[in-house]
Amino acid sequence: MDTLNDFFLIALPYIALAVFLVGSIYRYTYKGFQFSSLSSQFLEGRKLFYGSVPFHWGVLFIFTGHLVAFLIPRGILAWNSQPLRLMILEISAFIFGISMLIGLINLFIRRYTTPRLKFVTNKMDFVIYMLLILQTITGLWIAYNFRWGSSWFSTLLVPYLHSIFKLQPDISAVSLLPWTVKLHIVGAFTIIGIIPFSRLVHFLVPPFNYMWRPYQQVRWNWGRRKVRSPRTPWSLQRPKNT
Amino acid sequence: MDVRSQIAMVFHLDKCIGCHTCSIACKNIWTDRKGAEYMWWNNVETKPGTGYPSKWEDQEIYKGGWEKKNGKVTLKGAGKRRGLINIFYNPNLPVIDDYYEPFTYKYLDLIESPAGDDQPTARPVSLITGKPIDIKMGPNWDDDLSGTPDFARNDPNLKNISPEEQEVMFQLEKMAMFYLPRICNHCLNPACVASCPSGAIYKRGEDGVVLINQEVCRAWRMCVTACPYKKSYYNWYTGKSEKCILCYPRIEAGLAPACMHSCVGRIRYLGVLLYDADKIESAVHGDDKYLIKNQLDLILDPFDPKVIRAAKMNGVADSTIHAAQFSPVYKFVKEWGLALPLHPEFRTLPMLFYVPPLLPVMAAVKKVDNKEQQGKMDPIAKKWDDHWLYDTSTAELWGTLDQIRFPLKYIASLFSAGDEEIIKYTWKKLMAVRIHRRRITVGDVSNEKADATLKDAGLTAGLADAIYTLTSLPKFEERFVIPAAHREQAIEMLDFTGDTKGETGFGIKGKVKRGI
Repeated sequence: MDTLNDFFLIALPYIALAVFLVGSIYRYTYKGFQFSSLSSQFLEGRKLFYGSVPFHWGVLFIFTGHLVAFLIPRGILAWNSQPLRLMILEISAFIFGISMLIGLINLFIRRYTTPRLKFVTNKMDFVIYMLLILQTITGLWIAYNFRWGSSWFSTLLVPYLHSIFKLQPDISAVSLLPWTVKLHIVGAFTIIGIIPFSRLVHFLVPPFNYMWRPYQQVRWNWGRRKVRSPRTPWSLQRPKNT
Repeated sequence: MDVRSQIAMVFHLDKCIGCHTCSIACKNIWTDRKGAEYMWWNNVETKPGTGYPSKWEDQEIYKGGWEKKNGKVTLKGAGKRRGLINIFYNPNLPVIDDYYEPFTYKYLDLIESPAGDDQPTARPVSLITGKPIDIKMGPNWDDDLSGTPDFARNDPNLKNISPEEQEVMFQLEKMAMFYLPRICNHCLNPACVASCPSGAIYKRGEDGVVLINQEVCRAWRMCVTACPYKKSYYNWYTGKSEKCILCYPRIEAGLAPACMHSCVGRIRYLGVLLYDADKIESAVHGDDKYLIKNQLDLILDPFDPKVIRAAKMNGVADSTIHAAQFSPVYKFVKEWGLALPLHPEFRTLPMLFYVPPLLPVMAAVKKVDNKEQQGKMDPIAKKWDDHWLYDTSTAELWGTLDQIRFPLKYIASLFSAGDEEIIKYTWKKLMAVRIHRRRITVGDVSNEKADATLKDAGLTAGLADAIYTLTSLPKFEERFVIPAAHREQAIEMLDFTGDTKGETGFGIKGKVKRGI
């Protein structure tokens, strides 16, 4: 049992994180053309709405929730100190989880029942669907059966995650948790590890920059004013892209 | 004054014969690939007709382009707020059925099917699924189908034309059509660039070509919605958007783009325009009535010393300024005022201009009494009760302008955002040139009459001859005035040769070191 715990709760996270980091940077740097969300809306544009929208907004909320708890566990605990606020957080998170599950199931059905989509679907897509559905179901199961998740996540799991990032893995508390929670942890790290090999990479390049960049973009091959100015010194670094 | 240069185009619609050679040249070079089969960076439409994708001009359906609301100009179907909220599902994205499902035929079946009682056939198969399909639509399905209920009568430009006027338009005797070849307009205020969340689309500073960086595109697919001309296409296989690149590798090498080079009717002109980038914003925000005037005001006179000085200060190469002075586009658009942008009301400031077709004017028909004519005919000749006749007379100078086959509104909704006066003015000029040339070559127009026409249209005999020469007899290098791309500057900017003396320099760089 100990070796299993050691492998799934210590080794797997490190392998997953290393693969994720190296793989994503490699793919971004050398395979830029393959960095895409590979949208299939163009081939099927109606059923997608009932899958993509509930899934993406759901996952956005759930992921942000986990991230916030990971970054400021005390903040979550302080928020949860009043029962009403705890209920608001738990219920809204559960609703977003349900929305995520409904979206995933709709996406899955859509992808495998629309003839055209067969030709833009690969094996990795199936793996992602399975992993995400499993992860959502275990997440909902845990949230329903072991209350209140937001509180004990902050006290139990966050120290474990922190210990991983501090390179001093401490699984003494986590290894005593029920197997469904462990499955959820293993699923999470597997998904992280699989990101660079799947279309999930598109979540690494969200277009936040769009919010503050000017609408129009003009690019110059050379610093057009400087390159023609006689005062510009004739040096190794000629003005470029200014 | 922020002077920049733009490679712009003029398509002379009267010369277009609708042969689709341009489309094929483009397809062979750029879009003959998986996922791009349905894309026609260059396509030719029959007008009146619905075009490709079907009814692309109807922005109530496609939500493309910019719209002015309460004095503010915003993207109609995309933009920062709308684009990011709809990023998971774009409600305004056209799907493949709005274009057509690409297909091929099983040609091998013709050769390889076993001997039998029936003639083998080549069945159409989808290029997406590979399965046999019933072809419902093609890229030029409306070709020459003016007057048909499915295509011509669904033309979005008929919106402001009364049903009675439409009836007249589609009477068999009066029916007319013309071709509208379209490529990316390489706009000065491109909606696709503005809509791209990942910032993959940009306008090249040196020549104004609008390009999509394939490495940065993440398939958020907002550009497809935003482009009102539907000239940004989504490659369903690679998950990247693509568009016309104005054959920039050819332009940099001094060659005309493939569609223009192959044009059989020689309708296409390409040249440099110098424009004032400071005025773009006010032109975009301008009043509906002055859209064309504002756009033409952007374009600067390449002979004006002030403009030349400002251009040089701004880093515009001497060769580019020189090319601008010989630009056929400048002549058609600014000097002669003959070419107009397509749908200026989309406010993208397109840099592709069209000389509106004279066909519906010159070939107007009128009712005549043909009893006398029929009396002269042989008794056994087939007689038909036809009272319509093409009017080719010069009895009335502008007579045909009033009895043209299309309502003027139709052409105006295409090329001048509904301003009929601009179309009339352009047509008068085009007709005056013809009447002037008719005086010289046919000789059945009196000098007084021809001169009066020219004067009325605001032309002189010399100008009319210049228009005639560039329209009918231009040489290759007069149609395409392409400035040098100055790749040498791009190379120089990397390294000073003095610093790298004695190093290798062919493709790679490094100290020359003898191996051991």
